[in-house]
Amino acid sequence: MRNRDRTPKTYTRLTHPLVRDSRDEPFRRASWEEALDRAARELSAARDAFGMFSCARATNETNYVAQKFARVVMGTNNVDSCNRTCHAPSVAGLSAAFGSGGGTSSYEEIEHTDVIVMWGSNARLTHPVFFQHVLRGIRNGARMYAVDPRRTSTAEWAESWLGPNVGTDIPLAHAVGREIIHAGLVNEAFVERATTGFEEYAALVEPWTLSLAEKVTGVPAAAIRELAHAYARAERAQLCWTLGITEHHNGTDNVRALINLSLLTGHVGRYGSGLQPLRGQNNVQGGGDMGAIPNRLPGFQDILDPTVRLKFESAWDTVTQPHYGLNLTEMFEAMEDGTLRAVYCIGENPAQSEADTEQAVRRLRALDFLLVQDIFLTRTAELADVVLPATAGWAETEGTTTNSERRVQRVRRALAPPGEAREDIDIIRDLAARLGHDFAYADAEAVWNELRSVSPDHYGMTYERLERHQGIQWPCPSTSALEPPFLHGRLWEPDPSLRGRPAPFGIVRHDPPVDLTDEEYPLRLTTGRRLDSYNTGVQSGGFASPLRRGEYVELSPEDAERYGVVVGEEVRVTSRRGSVVAPVWIDTGLRPGLAFMTMHFPDEVDTNALTIEANCPIAGTAEFKASAIRIEKLPLVTVVPYVR
Amino acid sequence: MTAIPLGVPRRLVEFTLDGEEVRAVEGATILDACRAAGKEVPTLCQGDTLTPRNACRLCVVEVAGSRTLVPACSRRAEPGMEVRTGTERVRHSRKVVLELLASSVDLSTTPLVAEWVKKYEAKPDRFGPDAARLDEEPRVDNELYVRDYGKCVLCYKCVDACGDQWQNTFAISVSGRGFDARIAVEHDAPLTDSACVYCGNCIEVCPTGALSFKSEFDMRAAGTWDESGQTETTTVCAYCGVGCNLTLHVQDNEIVKVTSPHNNPVTHGNLCIKGRFGYQHVQNRG
Repeated sequence: MRNRDRTPKTYTRLTHPLVRDSRDEPFRRASWEEALDRAARELSAARDAFGMFSCARATNETNYVAQKFARVVMGTNNVDSCNRTCHAPSVAGLSAAFGSGGGTSSYEEIEHTDVIVMWGSNARLTHPVFFQHVLRGIRNGARMYAVDPRRTSTAEWAESWLGPNVGTDIPLAHAVGREIIHAGLVNEAFVERATTGFEEYAALVEPWTLSLAEKVTGVPAAAIRELAHAYARAERAQLCWTLGITEHHNGTDNVRALINLSLLTGHVGRYGSGLQPLRGQNNVQGGGDMGAIPNRLPGFQDILDPTVRLKFESAWDTVTQPHYGLNLTEMFEAMEDGTLRAVYCIGENPAQSEADTEQAVRRLRALDFLLVQDIFLTRTAELADVVLPATAGWAETEGTTTNSERRVQRVRRALAPPGEAREDIDIIRDLAARLGHDFAYADAEAVWNELRSVSPDHYGMTYERLERHQGIQWPCPSTSALEPPFLHGRLWEPDPSLRGRPAPFGIVRHDPPVDLTDEEYPLRLTTGRRLDSYNTGVQSGGFASPLRRGEYVELSPEDAERYGVVVGEEVRVTSRRGSVVAPVWIDTGLRPGLAFMTMHFPDEVDTNALTIEANCPIAGTAEFKASAIRIEKLPLVTVVPYVR
Repeated sequence: MTAIPLGVPRRLVEFTLDGEEVRAVEGATILDACRAAGKEVPTLCQGDTLTPRNACRLCVVEVAGSRTLVPACSRRAEPGMEVRTGTERVRHSRKVVLELLASSVDLSTTPLVAEWVKKYEAKPDRFGPDAARLDEEPRVDNELYVRDYGKCVLCYKCVDACGDQWQNTFAISVSGRGFDARIAVEHDAPLTDSACVYCGNCIEVCPTGALSFKSEFDMRAAGTWDESGQTETTTVCAYCGVGCNLTLHVQDNEIVKVTSPHNNPVTHGNLCIKGRFGYQHVQNRG
């Protein structure tokens, strides 16, 4: 059994480039010259088999230059970021319905709405400052409904908590939709004018009676009915979701099922009424907006559109590939079959953040060349051939990031970077130069201005205006005006020619989690975040949080009693893919049969050794939220006392 | 319908301020009008993101027809009001408030208070060496922030920020009465045994430095805290996607404190534990 160290690993900053000539050697310190020359040589040998992992943590400017490097220098659309592991289904679902992948409303609007639905989101802990806007809304009289298998601290503020079984969001949403239709609460004028496919949708949800939904989801019929009536009768309503919706093998379908409810009731495109996916990383919205995704050019413009491609080809003096590239998930699969041989990974840690980590590490090892650019020697960097030390985007560089309400805000340099660490843009520029391309940018603002020239949605956002307005939300096509804080007001236009493409209902069917529970794996494991920690813990492990208690497998009191385990007792947790040892914690917010773990302490307990790589076929996001596990008492009991 | 609700139209209220005609937006306080007119009014318990508590009584002004002095921070401007900010009665009241506070509480880290003591000719030591003082030991029970109640003026701002006005955590409240009143967590336990979630939104609003970052507390104790040598840079938090604005206070290339702009549309000055305290990773420079 692995000896478990309760103090989290702290990472120290990388201060100089690291290189190794073969994988079995340790890293040695190298000059920037040597490291960049080596990287350029290896990348040019892999032009037809290259993938770029851009960083959802880095600035818009870095993401813009990174995707340009992939497309112009390497001639590929294989560029993606870890948005694939979280909110890609939101982007896919929203753009399928509305043609744009951003959340439709603003934080401020939630303070002035009447009904708030928090679906698969524990925002009280995971997005605390957003939740302050929700609390303002509640104090202003809004009623909040929490939909989550766990009775979370978000649910403590709710009018009603609906606890569906993990992976039954579509049946629940369809039952809500059916109830709205049968109660005559459909916003008929809106459905008529601004949507398509209502008849098909009505037929699709017809079987989902309240009593069937109660059987499948475990939520009492009366509670489903109450949610349906409250949402449909509200003058204004906000529907918010987080990874409880997206991290499923059918995440995009889940998102579509929620969007359907807003179409049915007209709760989109008006002040106070909208859809709000809460993004998990500081710039996961911006990374996609900048084109660091395989199917879109900067400004969320479709690669398949020839006029868009023509614009970029003349702006960049290059030829773009007229097809989508591989997304992160597909790139990992391409590593397996050898068609992807070199990866340039900026600020990502897929060796610990991907579902089924063992498989991810094996695939990264199979690469001919792995180039990692990061501020720490992460587990992913440890697998690399060349490691380049970068600056911390948020505190050591100038630039912008884009938040969940599409607000582009300035980040500024407050600290001098350590040692020889350099800014991402400068590193990419020097690599591009070695590969025969001149990316001459004087500074981040020059990059931003180039982006503005090719992205109409960002055109109006000069650095000066961003400073003056404390950030501006896209779209912002004009340098002299600001748009409303919500999207898709066009759907309410009386004139059909101004209304644009109507929003189609999503025809999506229930598909239970891939990893079924059975006698051997009777518990449903779901994963998530805690208040004081973040993702793989590389950042948040650095400060002394009094709340941090390390990794535990959280069980309901009933299950703890059934297995005869107590708080602090170490148990073996096993799924069909892997096995870890973790101490027990008891959470009264869990129901029997449901267990919870985080991914914050992978150096201590590698939770993602348990999770399943069952991916959403549309967005490529893995089903982190639903694994089947069993827990076993260890032969020799060691109780770790809980000391806070 | 306009894209953004414009709210109810607001009139301008006309009144006299120290003999001069001024106009303020309906609903504005006397303090707002004074500051707009460039008049300096000392305040401690007033907070730009909080509802006035009227606790410190430093901002009092004279309003014609009012028996008592009125707190400028909460009294709204009314048409025809005659307000005087510099009368002998006002100056005397402010002087006594400063003397009572400064004689019982450690105001050494309260910005501007030394200037006010001079301006109002307050003599905090006139009560003699035996005057009752709080003299509480600083409570250092975690690595993030320190509670030094010897500096607390009981303005209630931290209680309001922790409670229903922003954070809604309700970890702290006032316990005890009279001179024994203190801000405390339940059962006066260490913070680590309380409901505290370490958002630090109480530190953000504390006017006296009674609540401070442990980094600031330690540096002050070591004599290395140098506010004039610090830079303040506003950037965006590196954690979740909410996009909170952080103002990094940097001394000698180390982040020593984090605040947030109070007028920011995302944060209104509030942060969570990660945004407020989770910066150490960038300066683990080996």
